[in-house]
Amino acid sequence: MLGAWFDYTVNGFVIGNIYALLAVGLALIYGVANLVNFAHGSVYVVGAYVGWAAITYLGTPLPVTLLCVVVVCALVGVGIERLGLRPLHGASRIAPLLATIGIALVLDQVVQLIFSPDPRAVPMQVPDWRITLGGGTIGALDLLIAGIGLTSAAVLYGFLRFTKLGWAVRATAQDSDAAKQMGVDTDRVNLVVFAIASALSGISGVLVGMYYNQINPAMSFEATLKGIVALIIGGLGNVPGAIGGSLILGLTESYGIALFGTSYRNLFAFVLLIAMLVWRPNGLFAARRSLPPEPMTGTFIARSRPLKVPSWAVAVVILLAALLPLLDAPYLLQIGANSLMYAMLALSLTLVAGTVGQVSLGHAALLAIGGYASGLLALDAGWPVAVAIPAAGLITAALGTLLVFPAFRLTGHYVSIATLGIGEIVSLVILNWTGLTRGAIGLGGIPPLEVFGYDLGSVQGTYWLCLVVLVLLALLQVRLLNSHLGRSWRAIRDDSVAARSYGVSGDRYKALAFGYGGFAAGISGAITAHAYSYINHETFGATISILALTMVILGGLGNVVGAVLGATLLIALPEAFRFLAEYRILIYGIVLLLLIRFRPQGLMGTV
Amino acid sequence: MAPILEVRGLRKHFGGVTAVADATLDLHEGELLSIIGPNGAGKTTLFNLISGLDLPDAGSVRLFGQDATGAPPERLAGLGMARTFQHGRVFGNLSVLDNVLVGAHSRLRAVKPAVPIIGPLLEFALAAIRPAAVRAEEAALRADAIRILSVFGDRLIPRLDHPAFSLSYANRRRVEIARALALHPRLLLLDEPTAGMNQTETVEMQEVVADLKRSGLTILLIEHKLEMVMRLSDRVIVMDNGNRIAEGLPQEVRRDPAVIEAYLGHRATGGAAAGAAVEPAP
Repeated sequence: MLGAWFDYTVNGFVIGNIYALLAVGLALIYGVANLVNFAHGSVYVVGAYVGWAAITYLGTPLPVTLLCVVVVCALVGVGIERLGLRPLHGASRIAPLLATIGIALVLDQVVQLIFSPDPRAVPMQVPDWRITLGGGTIGALDLLIAGIGLTSAAVLYGFLRFTKLGWAVRATAQDSDAAKQMGVDTDRVNLVVFAIASALSGISGVLVGMYYNQINPAMSFEATLKGIVALIIGGLGNVPGAIGGSLILGLTESYGIALFGTSYRNLFAFVLLIAMLVWRPNGLFAARRSLPPEPMTGTFIARSRPLKVPSWAVAVVILLAALLPLLDAPYLLQIGANSLMYAMLALSLTLVAGTVGQVSLGHAALLAIGGYASGLLALDAGWPVAVAIPAAGLITAALGTLLVFPAFRLTGHYVSIATLGIGEIVSLVILNWTGLTRGAIGLGGIPPLEVFGYDLGSVQGTYWLCLVVLVLLALLQVRLLNSHLGRSWRAIRDDSVAARSYGVSGDRYKALAFGYGGFAAGISGAITAHAYSYINHETFGATISILALTMVILGGLGNVVGAVLGATLLIALPEAFRFLAEYRILIYGIVLLLLIRFRPQGLMGTV
Repeated sequence: MAPILEVRGLRKHFGGVTAVADATLDLHEGELLSIIGPNGAGKTTLFNLISGLDLPDAGSVRLFGQDATGAPPERLAGLGMARTFQHGRVFGNLSVLDNVLVGAHSRLRAVKPAVPIIGPLLEFALAAIRPAAVRAEEAALRADAIRILSVFGDRLIPRLDHPAFSLSYANRRRVEIARALALHPRLLLLDEPTAGMNQTETVEMQEVVADLKRSGLTILLIEHKLEMVMRLSDRVIVMDNGNRIAEGLPQEVRRDPAVIEAYLGHRATGGAAAGAAVEPAP
């Protein structure tokens, strides 16, 4: 028994070391660039595959493998900084964060296209022996990982403490404007930091490949998340804190698995994340409990004068959309119905992220709540579909607001991290709450769409229902935006301190926005569930959250017409270019990057 | 009559720095009290403590006879206190008119019924349905906002629909003051209303503040331009290094040796103001 606990501790430390290699890089980058790098896990995957390719095709010994990984990943890091981020100096505050998301999509897809999505086994390059110690065992690989972790920490410490460039990095982290005035080449510092951070991330990837003996392109998202959790535990920008946070996270997960089983592993990580954000947003090792101020450069969203669309034009478009089913083109209608369901999600997100400035990265979780609520009400409680769907909207409004409530006092990047974590928690609860949700089996046989006896299960029926619901939601949203709620929401986004000084309470109006957003997204999820007849905990994943964000940015943050346009374009255009189907997500990533760089206000303009 | 604002022994540290050491002041109805002092004297920190943006380490604030120490800014706005910010914090993407309407937020009644728990839901429903009472309230607020903006002549009236980010610096400061007036404050805190303005604009702003004072509004003013302070103030408080070093009528304060010392002692800061402070009174 004691031996088993010894093993769990060793395992926790090893995983902690792997997380530390990720988190240290994230901390360095946050320090100099004030940015949470969402592409960090993608570099880690690149590292894993470069290692795998070097061993498999070139037969490199371990030191050469690591060298290859370091060189390639450092170059990728330089590329990220040079092409993705440096051009965004002076852009709106949220732009660099969105850019790293776009870069992550592109990198993941490129890896997947080159190496295929299938898992690969990384050959073990260390001798397979284990020492027995007091009932437990330690293997050569455990020692190697611990050794690399400690060595990297020592080298990094030496670099930051004793070299001129290291001083420049620390100076830039403390105050980049002052550093620049003192003659520090901050662009070069940024490049160096991205190179170091990416190299460490790559090493982490290849070590993970050896430890679990398996790699696949999809593991990037989890790596980013775990690195961010460790970073938040240690405190944003705190390099030694990141190492401590990583070890705590590794041990927590390892003991958690010992006590509750593997499927709970990530739940622990994300609950820890949310707890930290709520109680110790500065990390475990910080003395102050309040949040550091956000950099106040520029506005939150891009400034623009939105295009005004005359009401008659909107009416004509709605009329044409309503006549589309007369064409008798079921395939076209199917795409249309899909676009409309996504447009409802985009309406919700454009309100929350654009109008109120809370850039949610877990918005698909609202679809999941809506879908499950409506499906379960119809299946288990026997409610008619036409009642279950609006009820699901209300349940999602209440539950969504309640879940995000602890994050209301957070701002900027913290909101994005928190909503990402909350989204993952929702999906993990659905997976693990087998009694209610049927767990991994998913929800099958959901009754088809019908409204009081009228069967809407056909493509035309689904399309018309979606169109009616979307138009109603959009009109309601426009009406709200033109009321005092609209200006209060936008005031909170532009300057929450000044808004509070004039009596606009952040909590109250964020709650109303998330409530309405939850309702719209919940309805969308519910309709989707009845239209698909089967959903599981992976139907509404993080990819959909990111896709929705891309739609909203494409249309123009906060812009209702823009949200619908963005959803239609991003769903319909890839269908028009079906031969590009394989590259679909890659195209989304590139679109996102180009938009942030060249048209941050989107097609219709931010509101 | 009890003072509108009573500040007693307010103190605030930031790390090792004492920004405000022991601030005490009384402000009576209809009075204009100015706080002057070199940069870094703690004037803006004192404003932040009074207006609920920062929590004091010690001391108390009473507003309109109620305890308001460390009260959240939303509550203070509800009591009738409005403030402007030193560097101008308008809502950049909102139009001029919307900026001013946000200032009137705490006066909303019809659309924001004071019902516990379901209040926010009612507010949401009323904003969507917009019954006649809500529409009338909104129209009245709009008319009022335009009336307030016309205080600045034709500086802002032709730009009602322009986003605030497109305005000149001086116009943004004007929007801030209009937003504060839209609250119909009983107490107005002005943090350097003429900062960054040229001579003409400063004179114009001085007239606006003089008119507000004449209308009976109680004002707490931070200002560097001593000419304006001397002309408008009923009383002046001088701060240095977080301490009050002098208080009295404008003419007394200007001759106070401690005040002259404070300005001349800070060679690098407040140079222009120092010259004005030591200039002999006519």
